[in-house]
Amino acid sequence: MAFLDLTNLEKTFGSNRVVKDFSLGIEKGEFVSLLGPSGCGKTTVLRMVAGFETPTAGAIRIDGQEVTGQRANQRNIGMMFQAYALFPNMTVADNVAFGLKVKGVPRAERETRVEEMLRLIGLPEMGARFPFQLSGGQQQRVALARALAPRPRVLLLDEPLSALDAKVRVSLRNQIREIQRELGITTIFVTHDQEEAMSISDRIVVMNGGIAEQVGAPFEIYNHPNTRFVANFVGTLNTFTATVVAPESGQVEVAGQVVTLAGTPIPAGKGDRVTLALRPEAVRFGREAGREIVLPATIAEVHFLGSVIRLTVNVDGTMVALDTFNRPDQPPPPIGLASEISFAAADVILLPEA
Amino acid sequence: MKRLVAWAALVAGCLYFLLPLVGMTEFSLKMRRGEYSFDAYAKVFEDPRFWETFGYSLTLAAATIVFGVLLVVPTAYWVRLKLPQARPVIEFITLLPLVIPAIVIVFGYIRLYNTSSVLPLTGSAFGTDILLMMGYATLALPYMYRAVDTGLRTIDVATLTEAAQSLGAGWFTILARIILPNVLVAVLSGAFLTLAIVIGEFTMAALLNRPAFGPFMQLLGANRAYEPPALAVIAFAITWGCMGLIQLVTRFSKHERAKA
Repeated sequence: MAFLDLTNLEKTFGSNRVVKDFSLGIEKGEFVSLLGPSGCGKTTVLRMVAGFETPTAGAIRIDGQEVTGQRANQRNIGMMFQAYALFPNMTVADNVAFGLKVKGVPRAERETRVEEMLRLIGLPEMGARFPFQLSGGQQQRVALARALAPRPRVLLLDEPLSALDAKVRVSLRNQIREIQRELGITTIFVTHDQEEAMSISDRIVVMNGGIAEQVGAPFEIYNHPNTRFVANFVGTLNTFTATVVAPESGQVEVAGQVVTLAGTPIPAGKGDRVTLALRPEAVRFGREAGREIVLPATIAEVHFLGSVIRLTVNVDGTMVALDTFNRPDQPPPPIGLASEISFAAADVILLPEA
Repeated sequence: MKRLVAWAALVAGCLYFLLPLVGMTEFSLKMRRGEYSFDAYAKVFEDPRFWETFGYSLTLAAATIVFGVLLVVPTAYWVRLKLPQARPVIEFITLLPLVIPAIVIVFGYIRLYNTSSVLPLTGSAFGTDILLMMGYATLALPYMYRAVDTGLRTIDVATLTEAAQSLGAGWFTILARIILPNVLVAVLSGAFLTLAIVIGEFTMAALLNRPAFGPFMQLLGANRAYEPPALAVIAFAITWGCMGLIQLVTRFSKHERAKA
């Protein structure tokens, strides 16, 4: 049994089933992200683990102990909130010490622990300040210290980076991951930002409509999506509609050309229409060795993003996005230029029909 | 032109409010013929009944405030946290004392809690004091509830509660150490309003026959000329002092300053 075990969790609000038969096992020290669009049930799962919502059905076990019926204040779970939720009437040190005080930890031990925590988050001099005297990033770091101070069994992060600006967000997520690794604390991170989830997670649970669509390592989720939703939700995806020519040999017709896909046979009949998907980084502008499929394309849009140029090309009526690296000696191609794109059959993802 | 009208309105408003006060204060200083003096105030302060009734009303005000805080803070907190749909009902209930006259409430009390009832509170002085305190708490309810509810609106009650719960805190700790300190200024403003109401209240104290400041003011007003306005000025000074204290508390509360 996993360290944190969620078995057949269900949550219903009135007639609305928000979480449906959700099961997940998380090992000790693992960092798992619940990723999905708004309303997919990820926060509800987190709140059930925290004890703020009672599951309609199912069980939650931490380290073998059933906690489903326990109140939130009995579970020893640390939590970070999107809105920081620092106590405005207390100083930073008092905020961090709060959980220890509630537990009845002696003063001397408490002070040592607070110092230790403030050093851990890189704010050792800020103990006497009030939350309103700190920036958003600093407040969230204090919230992390406060959540970790009582040595919780599990750490829950409810979109803690959403309210921060882009730069702080990246540095704080790295710091959270660093601290999580250092302490080896089992962590669940809720986010709707796929880049955030992929950059710091050991595993990602992609949720949709209250169910876990796919659970896996970021590499796995990105490169081998199990469902059309996962493929569309995680990363940018180009899709083509193709007609199966010979399912046994993996031959399909796309944009007037017959191409052979890797990983044959195709689970469809001759003449059936299937959807092929390609990540932008798998597509090259022009011909390139090792990318055997070549299709005619016309440049429709050019977005200069600094180190990368994102091109959108028209392939027989289908818009395809692809990335090229910026080269100072080569300006971006003009809109309307007729050219070609190439990609390898091995990079094509055959999407299951919805 | 607009500025002129605004200034004229301000001056008219000030005159409307200040003239009676100035007139009353001036009259209270005229006890000695031909010169201004504080004789009326001295007379009031020399009267032992002033101190007795004032002390009694202050004690009851303190009890009313404690009772009001214990009743209103958890109620307003719970309504905001768990029963937002019940807010209109609670607001309606808290507004009732504004539309039901004190005399109706007190007659109701006398009928319900007289010596032949199940709970004969009017049978002893202490019991009647409790009844009077309950009555005062009812009269102050609209002000106390609104003050606390406004205070709660300035903080994220749900998230702070959940943060405290995740750190192991129970309901009492959350209320005492998170919610109350964060709405303290609102609670204090409610408390000072309660104090002002209790100090000047006449009907309930008179009908329950308790030695409060309100009936004393009425008694003095019926028999003397200069002392009643002096008493009124003192009562105003107490009210303004309370308001000054609210400001002072707000200024000295660091985190409250940040919210403002």
